[in-house]
Formats: sequence, structure tokens, C-alpha cells
Amino acid sequence: MKTTRTRRVRSLLAIPALAAAATLVLAGCGSRAGDSAEPTGSGAASESCIDTSGDTIKLGFLNSLTGGMAISEQTVSNVLHMAADEINADGGILGKQIEYVQEDGATDWPTFAEKTEKLLTQDCVAAIFGGWTSSSRKAVKPVVEENNGLFFYPVQYEGLESSPNIYYTGATTNQQIIPAMDYLAAQGVKTLFLAGSDYVFPRTANAIIKLYAAELGIEIVGEEYVPLDKDDWTTQVSKIAAADPDFVFNTINGSSNVGFIKAYYDAGLTPETTPIISVSIAEEEAPAMGHEVTGNYASWNYFQSLEAPNNPGFIERWQAYPDSSGVTSDPMEAAYISLYLYKALAEAAGSFDVDEINAAAAEGGITVDAPEGVVTLDGENHHISKPGNIGRINADNQFDIVWSSEGFIDPDPYLEGYDWFPADVRDALVAAAG
Amino acid sequence: MDALIPPLLNGTALGALLLLAALGLTLTFGQMGVINMAHGEFIMAGAFIAYLTQLVVTSSNTSIVLALPLAFLGAGLLGLLLEVGIIQWMYRRPLDTLLVTVGVSLILQQIALQIFPAQGVPVESPGWLDGRVDTLGYAWPLRQVFTMLLAALCLAALAAWLKYTSFGRRIRATVQNRDLAETSGIPTRTVDRITFFVGSGLAGVAGVAASLIGGTNSQMGTQYIIPAFLVVVAGGVGQIKGTVIAAWAVGIALSFFADWTTGSMAQVLAFVLVVIFLQFRPQGLFTVRTRGLT
Repeated sequence: MKTTRTRRVRSLLAIPALAAAATLVLAGCGSRAGDSAEPTGSGAASESCIDTSGDTIKLGFLNSLTGGMAISEQTVSNVLHMAADEINADGGILGKQIEYVQEDGATDWPTFAEKTEKLLTQDCVAAIFGGWTSSSRKAVKPVVEENNGLFFYPVQYEGLESSPNIYYTGATTNQQIIPAMDYLAAQGVKTLFLAGSDYVFPRTANAIIKLYAAELGIEIVGEEYVPLDKDDWTTQVSKIAAADPDFVFNTINGSSNVGFIKAYYDAGLTPETTPIISVSIAEEEAPAMGHEVTGNYASWNYFQSLEAPNNPGFIERWQAYPDSSGVTSDPMEAAYISLYLYKALAEAAGSFDVDEINAAAAEGGITVDAPEGVVTLDGENHHISKPGNIGRINADNQFDIVWSSEGFIDPDPYLEGYDWFPADVRDALVAAAG
Repeated sequence: MDALIPPLLNGTALGALLLLAALGLTLTFGQMGVINMAHGEFIMAGAFIAYLTQLVVTSSNTSIVLALPLAFLGAGLLGLLLEVGIIQWMYRRPLDTLLVTVGVSLILQQIALQIFPAQGVPVESPGWLDGRVDTLGYAWPLRQVFTMLLAALCLAALAAWLKYTSFGRRIRATVQNRDLAETSGIPTRTVDRITFFVGSGLAGVAGVAASLIGGTNSQMGTQYIIPAFLVVVAGGVGQIKGTVIAAWAVGIALSFFADWTTGSMAQVLAFVLVVIFLQFRPQGLFTVRTRGLT
């Protein structure tokens, strides 16, 4: 009798342990597959099957509409639909109406790779738009390269990448992180605390920040990371309070930001004494913090409050759009640009052929009259020029722009134009990012 | 010594939150043997109820107080629905309940994503929780003190309910020997349902507390479910005092490790400790003595 009971207890105990282990293994597989996803289909790069005979052209939209990242990617997906509607109403691309195929990446990086393969080889789309996390981009990258497809990636990221098959319409580090540091230096900041989520973007960003801080004479008085899916920041915020830095550089992403902001105010920290500069809190996130964040800062290229000729119309059309969130923000503006950038490229090439589009890009001079201003494509690294802007959050959860870069900043994903960034660090970071 | 006080107090509050998340599981998993992976989504439901209450009662000072019983009811009813709709066909098949409830949890997450804005919703904390109280030289945030008191209150209520009410006696009788309990005239089906209702309701209360500490969104439940199960298992299945000690120990360990290393490393170290502990004591801190054959 006793043995029966013990065995039952043991077998019962094993189940949650198994579940825990399974979750860990799955999570592990996910990130590993994302790092080095191999295209699953036929090895041979197939001849392009893009059908240009009709009066429509097929494009693929790929974002997580389910799972954890749907939190952020839904908006990107919606604004892509709006851009497609606008372009169609305006006569389409090279006279062809956009017919989009929507796929759900489901917050799962192997799924992103699979759907990319499907969009390119079965739906024969001319280009794919979407993604958000670096893991999703890294899952898509080998597949578009293998099949010689095109992928337009709309989110600011850690840089150190450039693929002939990817166009990047979000900021690379020299267009977001470096302007933020320039602003801090201009404000006379002497001590800085780095707080980030524990994954590739914050780790790489902070590696760059530390090098540049040494150059600027800013002392890093602490560096803390919390896993992306954990909200509790109490202990780390106590460390910030103890270190008493002039500024906190926040590279936290997602809902963990809410826990951070709550712990920050709970610890008695305020923007008057210990302001935060963020690179992931925008117009959509600011009101969702559960505490007013007035007086803190963010570094972006685009703000809703930006005064640029095309911005008021963009805001108005977005607010009237059926799936609108009511406010515009940097990542969605970059997604909006991505479709117009493709239009500009196809029209410059006079073709939907990938090689001809890349050739048109390489010739240079491709521009898009975007809400953030006229952006220019760099035909070599496939990134676009962007203005650097620092905003201060006001009582309406909008940003008052307090600093702007001198003109647009040319993209430099490998930071080759910055002599404080040593080549061996660059090589190590590129190797680590896979 | 002074350096030890902040992590000790922070860890105690973190342990209290873990305890709130795990308390319902000691009932549904510990007492009934159901592995409910949707427990995290009941926590999420509680947090969203806190938000909805705040929409109706705009003063956050009172809305949070109202939200507690409402979240208990709401999450409890969700649990009851799950029990009546699915779980009741699966008693004594724990592995099946695991698979089914993982499915349910995904469905509930997606429903939340469809209803609420994807970025999550802001739950304002009441003004009387802003501020700090000086404790052993550490300015302890009131919100943490509140979490702790709430956990203590729930714990006391649950323990008293199980120990002193006739209903509690029926639950314990059913757990110890279902067949004999039935023979003695205890309606074990009703007992099951009410146990599940209360267990799930406690997750709702945990959700209100969680909404004051972190973000309220469709994914929030996932960060609590595995630690909560580990706490229940480490404490000894079905043992409330074990759960209390385990939750506190894990909270303290997380907080101290986070203080000495980083937040990420703390998660690893704390749960490695739990796994090592379970290697040597797989039955957990305490065990149920039962004469049942199950």
C-alpha cells in the first residue's frame, strides 16, 4: 500500500516537472532554431515564380498575430494593410494592384522561416513585409537568401547585419542609440545606469553604449538585465536607487517595462532626479504603464508630434483606419515606409524581379517621402537615412521633441565610421549574433 | 547587515506574490490532482477584472478593493466552467488534464488578445499604495506590503475554511479517501466543483496583486505558472504550510541572487536550487498521510 502511494505521488510530481522541462526545451529549441534556421525546402535556388502577367501583384505580409509578440506586431500588420490600400487607391505598383497574402508567424521563429518558404515558393509573392523581433528576422534571413526573395523589416534593431535580400526601414544603432548618447552628453550627464531585457538587442546596444560612453566621458555605474518574460524589477531598481545615476538608459522591451516603471516610482525615483531614456517606449506604450511617465525620455526617429510635411496626413489617415490604435509610433511608421520603399524600388527598376530591384537600389538615389521626412536608401547596406530625435513624455502621453540630430543620419549598421568602435569588438558581436 | 534587509524584504514580497499564485494550485493540483496549466490565465483574468472594475469605478482608491472579490468570483466561475465542461471527465488522468488545460490556456490568451488592446491595459494603483514605509532602515514600498498582507489574508481564510468549516472537512475527507467519503454520504462531485471554484478564485485574487506589480496583458499568466507549480511541488503536494515555506524560500532566493548576480542569473540559480532539493526530497517538504488506495 505504501509503495503504491509513493509511486503515485512520484508520478504526479513528475508531471509538472516534465511540463516545466518541456517548456524550457521548447523555448530553447525556439531560440536555437531562430539563430540558425535552415531553409527546409529544396536546396536548389528555384527560378523566380513571381507571376506578373495579371493586373495584380502578390505581396506577403508576415507578422505574429497570435502569441506573445502579437502585442507589438498587430499594429505593424494593420498599418501595412493601410499602406496597401493607399497604394492600390493610387493606382498600385507599376500599374498593378497589390494583392496581399497574410501569414501569422505566431511568435514562433521556426514558423517565420516556414511561412517565408511558403510565401516565396507556393504563393510566389514578389516581396515579404513584416517581422518584429531580431529572432524572427534571423529565422527569415537564410530562407529569403536561399530562395533569392525580398524581405522588408520595419523595426529598430541592434544593427551589425546587412543582407542582399533584406531591406531595413527601422533604425540601426547609429540612428537611435548613438543620438541618445549624444543627447545625454549634451545635457552634461556624467553617470549612467543600463537596464535591459536579457536578449540580443539590449546586450548589443549596451556593448555599444559602454564603448561610446567611455569616449564621451560618461561613467557606467551599473548594468542590469531581467528576462524578457519577467515583470519584477524591484531588486534591480533598488540597485539603481543605490547607484544614484544622472540618467537611466532603458533597453527593456515589452510588458517587463510596466514592472520596471512601477518599481521605479515605488522606489521613490522621479524624472526630476533620475530620468529614464528609453528606446522601446513609444506613443502606444506610454499610456499602458499603469503609472504616468511624464518627464521621462525616449529616442526614436519618428514621433507623432514630429513636424514634417507628410506627418499630419499620415496621422489623420491612420486615425480614420478601421483597425487603428489612434496614435502613430515609430515602428508602425517604419512599416508604412517599407511598402512605399518597395514601390519606389520596383518603379525605379521597372520590374518586380529581385535582381533588377537590387540593381536599382545599388544605383542609388531611391527616396521615399515619408511621414518622418524624405528618407534615402543606402544601396550598399539596404538601410535608410533617418532623423535622430529625442522626445520628452508630456501629460497626454505624447512626446515633446527636445533634441534633433543635425539633418538625417546615414545608416551605418556596422558602425564603421566610428573610430571608438574597435574592429575586434565588431567581429565578436557579429559572430555572436550569428 | 543593512545590505541584507532590502533583498530580504523584497524577497518576502515576491514570495507573497508567488504564494498567491500557488495557493489556488494547492487546492486544484494538491487536493484534486488536476494539473491546470490554465491557472496562469485565471491570474490574467483577475488582472483584467481589476482593469474593468477601474473603468466602472474610476477612483482607483476604491476600485482595487472592489476588484478583489470580483476577481475571486470571476476567475472562480471560469474555473467552475472548466471543471464542469472538461476536467470532470478527466479525473485520475493527470497527464490528460495537463494537455487539455495547456490548450485552454492558449485559447484564453487569444481571447484576451482579441478583447483588450494588444499592448496591455494600465491598472492604476490606488493613491494609498503610493509611498514607502520605513522598515528596519529600508524604505519598503507600500505596494509590496499590500501584496504580503493580501497573501496572509488569503492564506488565513483558506486554512480556516479547510480546518474549521464542515465544507473544509468534506474536502479533506474526499482527498484522503474518496470512496469512503462517498459511502459516508459526502457529495464528492459538489465538493470537487467548489474546491475548483475556490482554487481558481484565488488565482483571480493573485491577478489583482499581479496587476499592481507588472503588466496586465494576454501573456502575463505564463510567467507565473511554472514557478507556482514548482512551489507547490517543492512544498509537498497538497500541503499548504509547505507551499508557504517554499514560496517564501523561492522569493528570498530570487531576490538575493538578483542582488548578488543579475535578474536572469537569479531565475536560473533559484530554480536549480528547487530542482536539486527535489532530487533529494521528491515528495517535497511535507507529505500527506493517507489511507486511500489512490
